[in-house]
Amino acid sequence: MNEIVIRGARLYGEGDPVDVHVADGTIATIGEAGAVTPGEDAEVIEARGQVLLPGFVDLHTHLREPGREDTETIDSGSAAAALGGYTAVFAMANTDPVADNAVVVEHVWRRGREVGLVDVHPVGAVTVGLKGEKLAEMGTMAKSVAGVRLFSDDGHCVADPLLMRRALEYSTALGVVVAQHAEEPRLTVGAQAHEGERAARLGYTGWPSSAEESIVARDCVLARHAGARLHICHVSTTGTVDVLGWAKGLGIDVSAEVTPHHLLLTDERLATYDPVNKVNPPLRAGADVERMRRALADGVIDCVATDHAPHAVQDKDCEWAAARPGMLGLQTALSIVAETMVRPGLLDWRGVARVMSERPAEIAGLPDQGRPLAAGEPANLVLVDPDAEWTVRGAELASVAANTPYEGMRLPAVVSATLLRGRITSREGKIG
Amino acid sequence: MKHLLTTDGLAEDAATAILDTADELKRTLLGREVKKLPTLRGRTVITMFYENSTRTRVSFEIAGKWMSADVVNVSAGGSSVGKGESLRDTALTLAAAGADCVIVRHPASGAAHRLAGWLSEGGTSVVNAGDGTHEHPTQALLDAATLRERLGALKDRRIAIVGDVLHSRVARSNVHLLATLGAEVVLVAPPTLLPVGVGSWPVTVSHDLDAELPALDAVMMLRVQAERMHGGFFPSAREYSIAYGLNEARLGLLPEGAVVLHPGPMLRGMEIGSAVADAPQSAITEQVRNGVHVRMAVLYHLLAGDGGERG
Repeated sequence: MNEIVIRGARLYGEGDPVDVHVADGTIATIGEAGAVTPGEDAEVIEARGQVLLPGFVDLHTHLREPGREDTETIDSGSAAAALGGYTAVFAMANTDPVADNAVVVEHVWRRGREVGLVDVHPVGAVTVGLKGEKLAEMGTMAKSVAGVRLFSDDGHCVADPLLMRRALEYSTALGVVVAQHAEEPRLTVGAQAHEGERAARLGYTGWPSSAEESIVARDCVLARHAGARLHICHVSTTGTVDVLGWAKGLGIDVSAEVTPHHLLLTDERLATYDPVNKVNPPLRAGADVERMRRALADGVIDCVATDHAPHAVQDKDCEWAAARPGMLGLQTALSIVAETMVRPGLLDWRGVARVMSERPAEIAGLPDQGRPLAAGEPANLVLVDPDAEWTVRGAELASVAANTPYEGMRLPAVVSATLLRGRITSREGKIG
Repeated sequence: MKHLLTTDGLAEDAATAILDTADELKRTLLGREVKKLPTLRGRTVITMFYENSTRTRVSFEIAGKWMSADVVNVSAGGSSVGKGESLRDTALTLAAAGADCVIVRHPASGAAHRLAGWLSEGGTSVVNAGDGTHEHPTQALLDAATLRERLGALKDRRIAIVGDVLHSRVARSNVHLLATLGAEVVLVAPPTLLPVGVGSWPVTVSHDLDAELPALDAVMMLRVQAERMHGGFFPSAREYSIAYGLNEARLGLLPEGAVVLHPGPMLRGMEIGSAVADAPQSAITEQVRNGVHVRMAVLYHLLAGDGGERG
């Protein structure tokens, strides 16, 4: 019997420390500190008052396998996830070949199981080849052993309104969610950076906020008429928050995520000319960042998703326009949330559990993730040292690629241990 | 000064020093049959042009040669660049081959800054000869040299920049430099050719050229590129020309002594009337002439400052 005792943890960072007894993949008992007597073979994790949370769920990860194993694999990406406190990740469909059929999604799902460090749920493409022309076989993917529940052309917007309408309508029969990368492509031709003062000065073609907001507004209307569920990827603008507030007020079934980098970084980073700061959607203005934080705190934005996007050195160490967009996120997400939301008092640790575990699990319909910390529940857990600080070094992260925009930054909150169904997948910065 | 990448933040005394050196070089060379100074003998200057350019490349080449530097021209078509080599590798190769200065033109905004970063350890200087829609600092310096010649000091002079500001690196470099030199800058363009965020620039903005002309000391016309005409930024070339072209009638609205500039190449009949380009107010050929002296001055300040032979 695989037994673990987490001694002296504070659930959600609240109340007195307790002992959590994990056996056979579930939380067996939770009792007063010192009250649990573990078996002889039990592994003991001394929590010393650290914060215990349900394991994190990332709705938006690029694991790059198959196709770009030189930047990330399901193996290395799973390790990064476990070290970051994640127990489930959704692997985006923009691989090569594209995850637009049952064969590819089953491969990704199976590789995730083999690695076994985190539940890897493949996201299915909405359209064949992400081309935005023809619906992919969503039903076949949903009914495959991978059981695809989330569909997205992420990296590309499903821009054709008729195709998006059909995707939303079709999804209702399958009970799945369509996640939109909201970017009206006609408004972002050649776009390089957030349209505003800084891009104007630096001569980067502007990426207008309206390109995101117009698609979000359109899709909320389409979802309303289709009676469908809609998820908005990586919200980045103030106007999108306004639209989401309006849509939720009308009872439209829409959810939304924000990335850690859109909670922290602004287009001031453009002045570095360093494409490690290039991302889609782009880093926005300070006012947008402030609004993202407030919207996440008050629930208009439901959850945090990393948009973890590994890239090779040659795709970043070049001129800005030639660089690929995206940045690493799995191992820094918690710390950025702690820095931007917990430290300023916008979220407590129960709130962190909500935005990093419970809500994303709900949105994707995962029955065994984001569960309460209670006896009988699956032991998908993360133990966080809220007071420790660490310095980010891209080369030390588990990903194959090293493109972190937080290089050299000192950040709060360290993952002490991650448990996936009662098995330790990471501990003190090392893989289980 | 190690590099010349931008006029944004270029200090007034540094800019003035370059302009003064340019004036001095011009006087020195005036009337000379042999236009050759020994100043940069033994120095290697490489021009690296990733975009077609005749006037800027030739101007830099002549500037280098008149200073006795060895000038090597690399064009994207005729080198390993065409084989897909990265900008970084090309730059490091040229630096390793012994370049003291790399003069770069590139279609990507910020490319010159990236280059300077990669070359920072090797001691190679970088001159931005135009990066995307970002900056073209030597153009702004030669425009300032030309304006100083015609107008004297630029403090409180009112200068309009007219046309496609959105895509113009010339406009950006001029806005910063002219503001530094104390001039008042007016941008005149349709709203579609002004960048979002222009409100934070040290300029005023107008959509009415006729209203601005009578108060100007100089007007700088920008080229309207063919792809903009077909890109839906304005309804037609004709309508643009009617609203923003500098024709003879408009020339008459300028005060006496006002100067007309154009960075070239010109589209006669489009943004500038043919007779206007050749009128006495026009300083367009002087701009080209001053371009050589200004670029000589830039090379001098970058390369001759630390032990280089002085002429």
